Amino acid sequence: MEIKVLGPGCSNCFKMEELAKTAVKELGIEAKIEKITDIGQIAMHGILSTPGLIVNGKIRHSGKPLPSLEKVKELIKSKA
Amino acid sequence: MLKDFSQYIVYSLLGMEQGRLSGALEFFIYDSIKIFLLLSVIIFIISVIRSYFPPEKTKRILTHKREFIGNILAALLGIVTPFCSCSAVPLFIGFIEAGVPLGVTISFLISSPMVNEVAVVLLWGLFGWKIALIYMGTGLLVAIIAGMIIGKLKLEKWVEEYVYKIKSLGAAVDIAKQTFRDRLVYARENTTDILKKVWAYVFVAIAIGGFIHGYVPEDFLVKYAGPQNPFGVPIAVALGVPLYSNAAGVIPIVYALMEKGMSMGTVLAFMMAVTALSLPEMIILRKVLKIKLLVVFVAIMTVTIIGVGYLFNAIL
Repeated sequence: MEIKVLGPGCSNCFKMEELAKTAVKELGIEAKIEKITDIGQIAMHGILSTPGLIVNGKIRHSGKPLPSLEKVKELIKSKA
Repeated sequence: MLKDFSQYIVYSLLGMEQGRLSGALEFFIYDSIKIFLLLSVIIFIISVIRSYFPPEKTKRILTHKREFIGNILAALLGIVTPFCSCSAVPLFIGFIEAGVPLGVTISFLISSPMVNEVAVVLLWGLFGWKIALIYMGTGLLVAIIAGMIIGKLKLEKWVEEYVYKIKSLGAAVDIAKQTFRDRLVYARENTTDILKKVWAYVFVAIAIGGFIHGYVPEDFLVKYAGPQNPFGVPIAVALGVPLYSNAAGVIPIVYALMEKGMSMGTVLAFMMAVTALSLPEMIILRKVLKIKLLVVFVAIMTVTIIGVGYLFNAIL
């Protein structure tokens, strides 16, 4: 499974990365988490407001407010 | 009812005598409660509305819209689409890439920070709903006009080339459906977030209104910045452009200026210059716009805002 966290480096982007990592650990699944910070790359992925979360090529979240840990687990799990 | 409550606190609970200080305190308590109630309720309602207009939807609505109609829609959507300047670059690229015309995108980028619910509520609470509506209307007008001019000037060549090279990977959007409950939770969080950011400014503004009220002569500024001085508006705008603050931060200054006799158009123009034109935002936008376009952008905005200031000094 491929997870991408997209954000230029705002505090919410770090929180989103932490959330994704914790979610993957707690779900006990194999996943590659990639952090994308380049603005052009972020735009190319179709994210309009950061932070964004892409799971297996699908945009599952974009912008504030951040989803809860439970929600992130759900977003990841449903595409596993 | 609020009035009775503040009188009760000042005269019964604190046992103060009728006088200048107790009057000021009563005014302070009354205004604080009124404005915080207004802020909480309105921000909550707007947050719920906002949850229906994520930037992705706004982009879809604006794609390939004709200029003019597009500019109007973009300015209006700027009010309800949640947007923070930290996302300005991906949003700009995303809009352009999707085929939203440059001028229309600019209209959105102007209206979004300038005409927001915090500005409107604070103006409403402190100066009445008429002023709030006027600010909203003219803010939209500035966004529409400035966007249209940039569109007409065909300045696409002054956008950084790489923006046009970016092709969307076309990732499918599969964002979880929000229940109404989710939206209410979001609205509550957003409201507390905003209140945390603005409460100090609001108290300062009310305190200025309440306590300095009687001590500086009413017409202190009339001489310099009253409607008779033809240079009042450009000077106020020139002062406002380098200053940067969000709507809440500028409110205490605006309140003080208004109290002391600066005319309405001049004050509104000053507030717009402060909120709409900021150095940090220009630095962010520099990533996608060439210097020439930024200069044109600032120039058009400045002239439009000055025009709005004169207009209101003439008719109010």
